[in-house]
This record gives sequence, structure tokens and C-alpha cells, in this order.
Amino acid sequence: MFLNRKYFPILVTMALFALMMAMGAFRYTGFFSLQVLFNLLIDNAFLLVVAVGMTFVIVSGGIDLSVGSMIALTTMMSASLVQQHGVPPLVVIPLVLLFGCAFGWAMGAIIHYFKVQPFIVTLAGMFLARGLCYVISLGTITIDHPAYTSIAMAKISLPGGSFLSVNVVIALVVVLAGIFVAHYTRFGRNVYALGGSEQSTLLMGLPVGRTKIGVYVVSGFCSSLAGVIYTFYMLSGYGLHAIGTELDAIAAVVIGGTLLTGGVGYITGTFFGVLIYGVIQTLISFEGTLSSWWTRIAIGVLLFVFIVLQRALSARRSTVKL
Amino acid sequence: MTNAQPILQMNGIRKSFPGVRALKGVDFRLFPGEVHALMGENGAGKSTLIKTLTGVYAVDEGSVLLEGRPIRVHSPQEAQAAGISTVYQEVNLCPNLSVAENIFIGREPRGFGGIRWKEINRKAEELLSERLNLRIDVQRMLNTYPVAIQQLVAIARALSVSAKVLILDEPTSSLDSNEVNQLFAIIRKLKGEGMAILFVTHFLDQVYEVSDRITILRNGEFVGEYKAAELPRIELVSRMIGKELDVLEELPREAEEGLIDRKVWIEAAGLGRQGAIDPFDLAIREGEVVGLAGLLGSGRTEIARLFFGADRADRGTLKLAGEGGGVRSPREAIARGIGFCPENRKTEGIIDDLSVRENIVLAMQASRGWLRAISRKRQAEIAEEYIRALNINPPNPEHLVKNLSGGNQQKVILARWLLTEPKLLILDEPTRGIDVGAKAEIQKLVLALSRKGMSVLFVSSELEEVLRVSGRIAVLRDRRVVKEFEGQGIGQQQVMQAIAGG
Amino acid sequence: MNRMMKHHLFWPLSVLGALLLFNLVYSPDFFSIKMQGGQLYGNLIDILNFGAPLILVAIGMTLVIATKGIDLSVGSVVAIAGAMSCLTISKGADQNSLGLVLGAVGLALVLSLATGLWNGLLVCGFGIQPIIATLILMVAGRGIAQLITDGQIITLSSDRYKFIGAGSLAALPFSIFVVAAVFAAAALLTRRTALGLFIESVGTNPEASRLAGVRSNVVVLVVYMFCGLCAGIAGLLLSSNVSSADGNNAGLWYELDAILAVVIGGTSLNGGRFYLTGTLVGALIIQTLSTTIYSVGIAPEITLVVKAFVVLAVCLIQSESFRQAIAQRWRTRRYPGEKEVARHVS
Repeated sequence: MFLNRKYFPILVTMALFALMMAMGAFRYTGFFSLQVLFNLLIDNAFLLVVAVGMTFVIVSGGIDLSVGSMIALTTMMSASLVQQHGVPPLVVIPLVLLFGCAFGWAMGAIIHYFKVQPFIVTLAGMFLARGLCYVISLGTITIDHPAYTSIAMAKISLPGGSFLSVNVVIALVVVLAGIFVAHYTRFGRNVYALGGSEQSTLLMGLPVGRTKIGVYVVSGFCSSLAGVIYTFYMLSGYGLHAIGTELDAIAAVVIGGTLLTGGVGYITGTFFGVLIYGVIQTLISFEGTLSSWWTRIAIGVLLFVFIVLQRALSARRSTVKL
Repeated sequence: MTNAQPILQMNGIRKSFPGVRALKGVDFRLFPGEVHALMGENGAGKSTLIKTLTGVYAVDEGSVLLEGRPIRVHSPQEAQAAGISTVYQEVNLCPNLSVAENIFIGREPRGFGGIRWKEINRKAEELLSERLNLRIDVQRMLNTYPVAIQQLVAIARALSVSAKVLILDEPTSSLDSNEVNQLFAIIRKLKGEGMAILFVTHFLDQVYEVSDRITILRNGEFVGEYKAAELPRIELVSRMIGKELDVLEELPREAEEGLIDRKVWIEAAGLGRQGAIDPFDLAIREGEVVGLAGLLGSGRTEIARLFFGADRADRGTLKLAGEGGGVRSPREAIARGIGFCPENRKTEGIIDDLSVRENIVLAMQASRGWLRAISRKRQAEIAEEYIRALNINPPNPEHLVKNLSGGNQQKVILARWLLTEPKLLILDEPTRGIDVGAKAEIQKLVLALSRKGMSVLFVSSELEEVLRVSGRIAVLRDRRVVKEFEGQGIGQQQVMQAIAGG
Repeated sequence: MNRMMKHHLFWPLSVLGALLLFNLVYSPDFFSIKMQGGQLYGNLIDILNFGAPLILVAIGMTLVIATKGIDLSVGSVVAIAGAMSCLTISKGADQNSLGLVLGAVGLALVLSLATGLWNGLLVCGFGIQPIIATLILMVAGRGIAQLITDGQIITLSSDRYKFIGAGSLAALPFSIFVVAAVFAAAALLTRRTALGLFIESVGTNPEASRLAGVRSNVVVLVVYMFCGLCAGIAGLLLSSNVSSADGNNAGLWYELDAILAVVIGGTSLNGGRFYLTGTLVGALIIQTLSTTIYSVGIAPEITLVVKAFVVLAVCLIQSESFRQAIAQRWRTRRYPGEKEVARHVS
């Protein structure tokens, strides 16, 4: 079953990840430990959540540039409500998640009903969210609420001496939920159909509007959930959080084998895409002599390679058909 | 075989779009256990009628009765629910999903753990093998299969929604003859099971092979419903293009005679393109007007496009006499002195946001390159000259082309090519949508050009004007050149007979 | 009056005028220009001076958008250009030598052209969607800029280099002349040659243009290269103004402002007709907006919220569905398919 051609891109991604881990293990001592892998997840848990949401949007044929700003806004809103207005976290967290959904719904509605390109609508969303951050506060708001700090410090020990954080657990749950929705729910299948051909989806009688808006709601939810995770991670609300995260998410999704033109992609692929992103960061920090911006360049190169590969493969497929 | 009651009855259907009356009181009925072919030339209204049935368009007036009860369908979803399923020419399925999924998407069986994939795959296999005699791997992606199989999957989807009415919109356009036979076998099987099938096609041979009944539309009007066995081909063709058999007369032919000794300017030998036109030979002499006659979809536009390099041929050669070079792209064609007015002027002809002046000078400017710009003053002069010569209305060169009427848009495109002073001008349906007066103008223009030594390849659905201007006529049927007529006394009846074949 | 209102510059100019007026009301000496030490100073001069890099980037972006494309990498190119020139000069023995400065400038410009070529090749040669193709350089380019500066902020002390962004000529900042020159070059290139016609033709209907013999590939390539060049010049202005190069922050989010300026100026995101003057006014509006918000005392970051609404408003107005929805919402409400599939109907 795995020799099926459609799994080819994701196999490439997994192979790449394995290759990188092998390179690291070969070159640096101490690289090949489970904790290194787990640290990778701990540091990028929020990216993983955002990337899951982004996968849905890109598979449907759209794009969401507002996710980074949404993360920042969520941290800001949470910090402000908890620290400055004394609202209990149990109220704040569902509230910000709801806000994320509503924000996503608004963008999706404009995209669908008024036929404005997703790129520009989510761009405006990005501006808006970041601007709202600054409306709330220009500087950082530190969070010292005991609920948050205890979650931030919690270590989930695993047999063998390594540990995970709560964030990782949340992220993994999101990944599993994402896989389930994508492959076992009608909504998920409609997303794939929409990305394959919007006209066909309409003529086949599938709910185009609901699906289109739905993916942006999912992305909004994932962004705000990632924001909640980010709050646990950074313990502060700040307008400059998560700058550029949308690009990282898109890169992870593409490297994970999802076609930017839509219709093809796996959450599992995105998972490995984020891992690859993390491995590159880790490799560079292990190297010591290289600086962190090499991550950007490496991601850019990988992005280029994958995009050209995608293009070459799809061009070949379309000349085979009549 | 035929029930007394039609399962679908449409009465007095009217549908208008801004500027065009697409359906003017059309009746149509479909009986279960029958294949009913819907035929008509371009603009006849076939496509519009189907889209009103499937909920894509709203009906302005008229009634639709399904199984005796009136229905109003507002979306493809509702049409499907009512039991009307359509398989479109472009196989509107999702290429990135599996075969089984395409059949069941939107109605996937669900359980506690979500969608039940095993069940979907099993049911798909059963459906395909039992009702369509097709045994394939249903878990493979749809686009790994050829179009013929994809179509059968689309039909399977229609069946799985318990369709009572199956509409097949130009299903054979992308199939080879074996695949067509396979499809027809399925159609006959389904017909035997009581399905009502609406079959839209322009392939004459196929209509007679598989249909029981034929309805003809022309210009949005209902011409008639006939039993296939009782309608001879030539009558079918004449009703489709609107010429009564006994009123046929020899129209005064004004085309230039005695061209046989003129030199050949361009020659196609065994030229063909897979899926578009079978290999053909055609030579065009200097100063000659060659007309292409045939029904819509018979391959006329494909030939025109090959001559211009708009499409690439995959077999045969196209040579300019004396130079031996081929024509592989529009730029090459233009450089060699060929001009092309495309059939679809809206999508391939006019640049609608630009002005009349800009549209006219575009081809000439493109051949000069970007540095040698034609001065604004000269552009205005050129525009004025052609506005006058072709009577373009409104005579304002700065008017945006998108605001002109169809006929005037056509004249702008004509002006664009005349400006380049080509040696061969290819005109694909140049008088479509133009009023009678302007039509005559353009026909006269074509003759005048040919007298000055320009060759013309003239494609038109209107037999009358093809006969009027052409010195030689190539007749096409079902994507093949079947006959060539030349010289004195080509009669309408002869040409129609060639078109109809059989 | 009606004809004036229909002119494409009417609304942008009105908005600009309204903003300037608002500033005047808020601080009555807003329009004052003082001459000091042979140079003119004043708010209006500042708007032109500080807005110069944005205007340049927006000019290049206009042509790209006109061909139905987009260039997300301009911000990164701004950073790369500044970084390259500063690095070159900082390595020289005499930072003020004319040869070195000219060489550094030349190198930065060549590099910017190369980035444009890269983007153009991806779009034409590989057939990749512009938004995706330029995304690559947007991501990697920032890293390249940081690589060039080695993560540090390279500071210079070179009067000749400083002149570009901070010097003045005939009492006005030199940057204004640079902008004027580039604007004039763009205008000449597009209106005096056939390039403008080809750009608009390709952007409106690529297929019809191909059938008319227009070389779309060359047009698109040239347009991306020009955009890269403009971004490079903007980068030079920016870095020379502060005599340093910051690979991290230079040109951050410029692409968004540039797109906004182009859209406000009347050029449609769908390509086709473009308006260089409109873009100019659009960029001035954005710059004035920032100035206004600053002088009124609101935190400058709030500009983001305002920009968001402006983008949305302009796009909605440009959206036919929106206009139709206002006009005839009820008639086709029950036939979603009619609008959707109408586009695909022959």
C-alpha cells in the first residue's frame, strides 16, 4: 500500500528528516539523543499547531498570512486579561480560542462571498491583528499567574530520563486530531476536493462555502491555540512575538509535501516538515560557528527545491493526460 | 422499450442573460429506458438547457416536471438529490481523490471512528464491476486513469446517487473509437435497466449509433423532436443549420475562379493533433480563399489554430512554399505573414481593458518589438483609418473595447490583423454575432483582399457565406477532412451531403 | 465635475488632501517650510524624504502587479542591497573614496537586478505562481542579508555614501531627486516604448496577447528585474540615510506597504492597466498617514490597524462581487452556482 504513488512526496520528506538526523548524529556527539528530539518538539510545539491549521488552508487552495500575528494577539489578549483584569485562565483560554475562530470566520467570509483573493484578505488580517496587539499594549506584559507558570515549568517525564512539556502534548493531540479530521470526516474530504477542483466540487453538489470558510476557522483556531501554547512558553504577551511565523509555517507545510496549488498534502507530512525545520535549527546551533540566519537560508533553499520538484512532477502529470 | 409517460418534461423554457436570449420557449421530454440526443449548433442553447436542469441557472419562465411533479432546482446539490445527475465533458470530478472517493464524496458512510473507508472501497468496487463491467483499483487517484475511465467513474457516481435521469454532456470528445464503443455498451446496458439518458453530442455517427430520439435546437428555439430511426441524416443537418432542403438554391458565387495555376503558398501534409484533428492534407494558394465547412466540433477551429501555430501539431508538416520552415508558434506565424482572428474573440481575441486604438496596433507593435514604438500620433491615425474603413462604432479610438458590441469587437480584431498586411489571413467565425449588414461588409472585404493577392482561410458555421466567398471548400466531419470541393458550381446540397455523410 | 470624479487619481488625491488638511488643522504650522543652512526643512519635505524608499519599491511593484504578478521579496532585497554596499565600503581602506562608493553602489544594484532575474526566471521559466516564487526569496533573502552583515549592524562613516540618502541638492534632499529620476525612467520606459502596452496587454489577457505575438516571457522577466532594481535603490537610500546596514530590520514589511500603495493608487491586483502616478499618491498617503498618526500622538504601531482597514476597503470596492452584492443581492441569492460556474461557461 505504501508503494502507492501518492505517498511519494511524504516519503521524500521523511527520508530527508532521517538523513538530517543521521548527519547530525554523525557529526556531533550528543546529537542523537531522544532529548534532542524532544527539545525540538518543545521549542516548536506552537509552530506545529499553526502548521496543522495552515495545512488545511493550503490543501483547500488558499493561504493564511495572519497566523503569526494571531499568535501575538492571543498572547497579548491572554496576558492583558489575566494580569491586568484578573480574569481567571479557565475563562480566558476558551475566550481567546473563540476569538481566533471568529477572526478566521470573518476572513473566510470575505474571501468566499466577495471573492477577494485569500492572500490580500489574510494580509489585512495580519496587519489588523498585529495592530490590535499594540492597541492593547505597546510593550511586554509579563505573566506570572500561577496557573501559567506551573504549566510552563511542568515536565512530563518519560521512561529513559527524557521529558516533554505540556505544549508538546497539546501539539501532538492537535496533530492527531488533524489527521482524523483530514481523513475521517466529511469536512476534511471536502477540503481536499475543494483544493483539487473548485468547479468540480460545486458541480458535484458539495458545500463549497461552508468548506472554504471552515478552513479559515480551523486556521484561526489553530493560530489562537498556538498562541496559548506560546503564552505557556514565553510567559508574556508582546506585539513582536511570532514575527515571520506564517512563513515558517508555510515552509514547513510545503517541505512536508503539500502542494501550494492545493488538493494534495498530509498532516503527517507537515509534522515532518516542522521536524525538519527544527532539525535545521538544532544542526545550526550545534555547529556553533554558523549563525542563526543560516536557518532562513536553508529553509529558503529547501523551499525552492520542493517547489520546483512539485512543479516538475505536476507538469509531467498533465502532459500524460490528454 | 418506451414507457407511455415521460419521466422528465420541460415546457416553454425561457432563459435570458444580459444581452442575449439563450432559450426562447423550449420543450423537451425524456422517457425512461431511452437515449435521447440533444443537438444543435453553437448558440443553439443545449448547454443552457442542461444547466437549468442541473440547478446552475435559474429558469425565467416555463415548467419542469419530474415524474409528473413540478420541481425547482436551485443548486447542483438539489439536482442530485432530485435524481438528476450529469457527467460533463471535462469530467467534473476531483483528480486528486481516489476513484472510490470520487464516487461517494458528500455521502460517505460514517461510523464511530469517522468515515468508513473499507465500506466505501468495497461498495465502489461492486458498483463499478456490476453495473459498468469495470474492474479497477478503486484506491488509486483518479488522474492516474485515462479520461475514458474517469468518465465511467463519473457515471458510477451518478448511478450511486440513484439517478433517474442521466445527462451525458459531450462525453465522447476525448475518447478514441474503442473507448467510445465501451461507453456505448454501458449506455445500452443502463438503458436496458430503465435509465433515462440525455445525450448531448455533435458527432453525427454516434447519434445514430446509440440514440432512440433526437431533439433539435436552433438559436434558442425548439425545432422539433424526432425518432432517430425516422430522421435521415441530411434532414437532421439541414434542420440544425436552418436550411430547408427544397429551398436550397445556387447562390451567386462570387469567388475568384481559375486559381489552379496560382502558386501554393502554404501546405499542410499529414498534419494532425492527437484528440483534436486527424492527419489531413491542405494546400492554400496565393490569393485563394479556402473555406472550411462542417458542424461545430468537426475540427475546423483546430485546423485554423494549427495553421497559426496557436496549437502544436504532433504529426505531419506545415510548410511555407519555398522556405521549408514550419509554423510552431504565433510569433513565427506572424513573422511569416500569417494573421489569425480566433473563434472565441472574448477570451482569445480582445484585450478588453484596453482601448480600440491599442487593440488595433497590438500585433503590429509586437512584431516591431518594444523599442520601436509606434508614435501616439501615428497610432491615432491608424485607428481612425481602420475605424472608418470597417465602420467601427462608436468611432472613438479611445473607447474601451469591452464596451463595444460583439460585432464591433470583431471588426477591431480584424483591423488588428489587416494592419499587419498578412499574406494569409485566417478567419475563424468572423461574422458570428454580427448583424446582417456588417456580415455582408466582411464577406465583401474577404473577396477584395483575395483579389489583391491575400490568401484567406475562412471558417464559418454558416454554409451560405462559406460558399459565397470560397474558391475551394474542405468539408470536415467528426474531426476528419472528408472531402474537398473546387471550382465552378459547388452546390449547397453537395456540401451538406458531405457534412452529413452516411 | 462628474468627469473629474471618474478620473483615476480623483479619490487618491482627495484622500491625500484630506490627510494633509487634517494635519494642518491639528498643527497649524504643518505646511511651513524653513530654509536653514542652505537646506529646506519642513514636514512636507520629510514626508517626501522618508517616503522615498517606499515610493521606489512601490513603483517597481506596480509594474509587477500589472502583469498579474506579485513580488513578496522586495523587503529582503532592500536589506540585501544595503548590506552589500555597506559591507563593500567598510572593507575599503578609504571609506570615502569615490571609486569605492561607486563600486559598492554598482555592486548592490547588480545584485538587486540578479534577484529580479531570479524571480522572473522562476515565474516564466518554471511557471511557478508569482506569490510562491517570490516567497522563496522573501524567506531566504533575509537570511542572505544577515549573512552579508554577519548579524551585526555595519556602520560606516563615509560622507560620499551618506549623500545618497541624507545629502541635499539645490536645497532639497537628494533622495527626492533619486525618486524623481526613477519615476521618470519608469514613465519613459513604459509610455515612450511599447513596454507599457505589452505589460497591460499581458496583464489583462495573457492568452490573447500570446496570439497577437507579444513576447510575454520577456515582458515578465524585465518587469521583475526592474522591481528588484527599484528595491535595491531603495535599500541604498535607506542604509545611506543612517550610514549603516541592518540585515535584520531593513525593509521589514515593505512589500505590504508597497502593495497597499499600488492598490490605493488604482492599479488592480488582477493586473492590466497600471497607474504610476496613482502609486506615487498611494505611497504618499501611506507616508502621510504615518506622519499624521505620529504627530497626533497615537503610537505608530496603530498604523497597522488603519492600513488593514484601508486595504480591505479598497479590495472590497475593487471586488465585483461586492459591488454586485450591494446592487442586486436578492436576484441570484438562490443560485450560487450561476455566478460561480458562469465563469467556466463557454
